[in-house]
Amino acid sequence: MSAGPATTAPALNMGGRRLPPWVATTALLLPAYGWLLIAIFLPLGAMFLFSFMTATPIGNKEIGYTIDQYKIFFTQPYMWQVASWTFQIAFATTLICAITGFLAALALARSGLGRSQWIFLILILLPFWTNGLVRIFSWTMVIREGGFLDAVVQFILPEAASVGFLYSRPGIVLGLVHGYLPYMVLTCYIAISTIDDAIVEAAESLGARWWTILGRILIPMAAPGLIAGSVLIFVPVVGAFMEPRILGGPQGVTLGTVIEDSFTQGFNWPQGAALSFMLLAVVLAIFATFSGVLRRNAEL
Amino acid sequence: MKLSRRAMVQLMGGTVLATTLLGPRRALAATKITVLNWQGYGTDEKWALEAFTAATGIEVVHDYFNSEAEMITKLATNPGAYDVVLINSARIAQAAGQGLIQPVDFAKIPNAAGLAPKLKDHDNMQYEGETFGCAWVWGMNGLGVRDGKTDPDSYAALADPAWAGKVALFDDAVTAVGLGALATGQDMNDPKDLEAVKGFLQSVRPNLHNLWTSEDQWNKAFAANEFDLSVAWSGGVVRSFRNGGLPVHFVVPKEGAIGWLDGLAVPTTAPDVDAAHAFINYMIDPDFYFRWATEVGAPASANVDAVAKLPEDDLMKQVHKAEYIDTMSIMSALPDARRDTFNALWQEMKAYYAAK
Repeated sequence: MSAGPATTAPALNMGGRRLPPWVATTALLLPAYGWLLIAIFLPLGAMFLFSFMTATPIGNKEIGYTIDQYKIFFTQPYMWQVASWTFQIAFATTLICAITGFLAALALARSGLGRSQWIFLILILLPFWTNGLVRIFSWTMVIREGGFLDAVVQFILPEAASVGFLYSRPGIVLGLVHGYLPYMVLTCYIAISTIDDAIVEAAESLGARWWTILGRILIPMAAPGLIAGSVLIFVPVVGAFMEPRILGGPQGVTLGTVIEDSFTQGFNWPQGAALSFMLLAVVLAIFATFSGVLRRNAEL
Repeated sequence: MKLSRRAMVQLMGGTVLATTLLGPRRALAATKITVLNWQGYGTDEKWALEAFTAATGIEVVHDYFNSEAEMITKLATNPGAYDVVLINSARIAQAAGQGLIQPVDFAKIPNAAGLAPKLKDHDNMQYEGETFGCAWVWGMNGLGVRDGKTDPDSYAALADPAWAGKVALFDDAVTAVGLGALATGQDMNDPKDLEAVKGFLQSVRPNLHNLWTSEDQWNKAFAANEFDLSVAWSGGVVRSFRNGGLPVHFVVPKEGAIGWLDGLAVPTTAPDVDAAHAFINYMIDPDFYFRWATEVGAPASANVDAVAKLPEDDLMKQVHKAEYIDTMSIMSALPDARRDTFNALWQEMKAYYAAK
């Protein structure tokens, strides 16, 4: 991204007359940026405006402007608690995805499976192609008391107590890990496949143990994939509301469900919008923190 | 001659209504109306729609909402999309005030003659002296209790250690606050002592197993033995027992039930006002109600003639005794500020429950 597009775009030759390069650049960028403007920035801008209103701007109510909605963390102190649960769930989900996703990607990339790697990669992507609701509801069948999991455990140990954990935060994390794991496997797989086999072989021939190879070579070199995967997972998980609501039961109160309640149950769009933008600010801060690391790794 | 779209629609609607009143059996040129309702709530019974289309030539399609606020949002953001909307009486003033629904023309609803006056003319159905909703069905939020357990006589049972881990609540701010208000002896629609309400709702925490939002969710969790005692809809309990074979019955504690009244209204932007009224008329028809109540299970009809048609030993009739029309408190419209307070209180309670 060092050279600006304006200097590299070829000048169009139309009817013998050369158009300035910026015309071609603008014309080429217009569809993508026009679409972004209509589909993302306009609605987002409207929501940003809503977040300063006193009431939902639908119907013919008098609307005033206020910043009260942004004070929710001070007017409703329980929101700190809700935010803390949300970030705990997001951290746990990201961490579990990072460990299992990295190992899965490592196994796939270095297993010497050859072409059949792709079949396994597609198997990992399968959850992506099922409807989220179906996925989550099937988990409720598995992890509820007396569900499939209990049936299996009690088949092996007939006297065992129930191991069902529906309506708990681990239940929510399980649903989220299931849904978001493919992001991590994909990003890590791409990162690991770029590592030259010769480096690992050199380490082996010099007598490095497997954990040294993992800790000193594979993880550092695959870090861009790990970080990209973590950001891709953490950001949507912080705002998730379907998994907490269905798998969390009474425990499933997160920023996502509070925002959803503000829009649907409470019909308080300004509140929901304000919370969403506070969440967006946190997410941008996370991006800002990691952007340095990502850029540095990209230059390696 | 060129007809405007509106004139065209009125002409078509008028023809349809005229043929409805004259009662021919043949279907006319297709008129299509769209009804906005909860899924599986009476208006979308297949047999009923077939009978209605056969009698009037009006085809009925549905769109659904999952919360009342969503319903208001859909009305506001989709002008011209809906002809009939199911609307809780507590929301009539809000919707009418925002110009989303129009006054009901009872001259086009002959069956309205049978409506219980107390429900037909209920304050909740009015806005600025006009009636905006046609009373349709009513019911109560009380307690659903698993058969074989001791019937609680008070809402205090929700916090009684005897039911530890076996209680479910309805995830709805107005119902939850109303419940706390009744349990602490206050006016359900305007509780003055919100700390007491909060105290009661907090005391339920050790017993709470689940929060439910839909009948389907309630049935699945109850069938899986997750809870024994729950805030429940009177009609829902009868349906669960009769259709789902679940061992449950409905109890109205001594503090009284949280009554609700659902009306059918016509959006201001309805494309076919006459067909909409014809559909509302059909929905309060005793014959429709008899079949809905006896074969499917329905809340109590606001139409006295329709309830009278049910056999004496009908479960629905036994649960919804006529005396409750006078004794239950009906959820009424809430000023925005109070609704926000209720929502904030319930959100705080949910966070409190989650901290377990």
